[in-house]
Amino acid sequence: MATGDVKLIGSWASVFVMRARIALNLKSISYEFLQETYGTKSELLLKSNPVHKKMPVLIHADKPVCESNIIVQYIDEAWSSYGPSILPSQPYDRAIARFWAAYVDDKWFIALRSILTARGEEEKKAAIAEVEERTDHLEKAFIDCSNGKPFFNGDHIGYLDIALGSFLGWWKVVELDASHILLDETKTPSLFKWAERFCNDPAVKPLMPETAKLAEFARKLFPKPEA
Amino acid sequence: MAKKEERVKLLGFWISPFSRRVEMALKLKGVPYEYLEEELPKKSPLLLELNPVHKKVPVLVHNDKILSESHVILEYIDQTWSNNPILPQDPYERATARFWAKFVDEQILPAGFMPLVKPEKGIEVAIEETRELIMFLEKEVTGKDFFGGKTIGFLDMVAGTMIPFCLARAWECMGIDMISEDKFPGLDRWIKKLNEVEIVRECIPPKEKHIERMNKIIERRLELDHSTIPMEKVEVTSAMTFKMSLVNSCVTFKMSVVDTRE
Repeated sequence: MATGDVKLIGSWASVFVMRARIALNLKSISYEFLQETYGTKSELLLKSNPVHKKMPVLIHADKPVCESNIIVQYIDEAWSSYGPSILPSQPYDRAIARFWAAYVDDKWFIALRSILTARGEEEKKAAIAEVEERTDHLEKAFIDCSNGKPFFNGDHIGYLDIALGSFLGWWKVVELDASHILLDETKTPSLFKWAERFCNDPAVKPLMPETAKLAEFARKLFPKPEA
Repeated sequence: MAKKEERVKLLGFWISPFSRRVEMALKLKGVPYEYLEEELPKKSPLLLELNPVHKKVPVLVHNDKILSESHVILEYIDQTWSNNPILPQDPYERATARFWAKFVDEQILPAGFMPLVKPEKGIEVAIEETRELIMFLEKEVTGKDFFGGKTIGFLDMVAGTMIPFCLARAWECMGIDMISEDKFPGLDRWIKKLNEVEIVRECIPPKEKHIERMNKIIERRLELDHSTIPMEKVEVTSAMTFKMSLVNSCVTFKMSVVDTRE
């Protein structure tokens, strides 16, 4: 469905860019994807996001929108009559989705990234323990939010599914790097099953990068110090 | 309008800008609420029960619903009570308001407090870096009464509670005129306009009490990590306590220098 002038500045490997792309897919919006080259920042990116100089940036009718969760909400609101709702309709359910999406970024992701940047075994073990504790919170959040349905958002993927699910590629990469299971079928069974459903969703499947390709990219981004 | 059975409680803290902005939203909407003051840093059992994840204020309780995180609460209030809208209607303007609100809390706050209390790169650099960030907001408000237009909105509540009525008081304690009228005429005007709004005046910490408390906060931060304060070469012979005063500042703080010889 052509919906006018929509561009997205991003990269295939970025979790945050994937969020915007999933949202655009859910609304069946066609857009021009402007792939940034690793190690450089295009003039358009710098001009469209002078504050943070980061992707993703959604450019709709020449107006830039920045910050992945803000972009997802914008897509939901600007194209509210297209496709399913990304945010829940009830104010309290929306608040809960927003609360946990903020938790994913402010607490959970920070812990996950610490595993990749950990120096030495002690730091790595501590980071892993933190991720496990925070993933446990998300397991409980899933049980509360989903109410027996397949996704955080209910029958269809929504805001919180997108916020957390976009990490699944990197989640696997960090598992490999840490040689430690971080999405455990026995410890967090609901999230484990949700992850598979999320990755198989038609709006998500074409976007989820291959683990091997992402792992190779991760080695560039997080080089290990010489032994 | 609220139904008869509606019960709204707010757990807050008088100097917390996060808590104050929620009060502003409730007052703007005319929502009656019960206010429960947390005596931070001590956290009450109620706070720990209602916000086990973050253990922070504000927490809003609306009938049986518990909400935390100020931006989340503001949006909830806006959607639950539809009078006097807080967020703009237009999706692009909403995205813009949300973006700048996040910027205030996640960029301006970290740059505008600790790097000035402990200026590792020098105070002038720290001030300049903070001003560069604030300049983005100057551009957003120029030509308008408020960020929200003719009346206060989401970004006014977030930026208003954080900047003029929180950080600016810290800056005053440190003798820094951060948002000078010549550099930031738009923001200067915005602050004057904010002071004219009754709801804003009702929801800000009383100035003198706030400055007094701010001084103590700054002092405590310095005492907690005295090792990072750049010091002239001082011969340490034993545990010493001495007073220093910052030039042009109303802050006098104590530093304990501990004997570091083997």
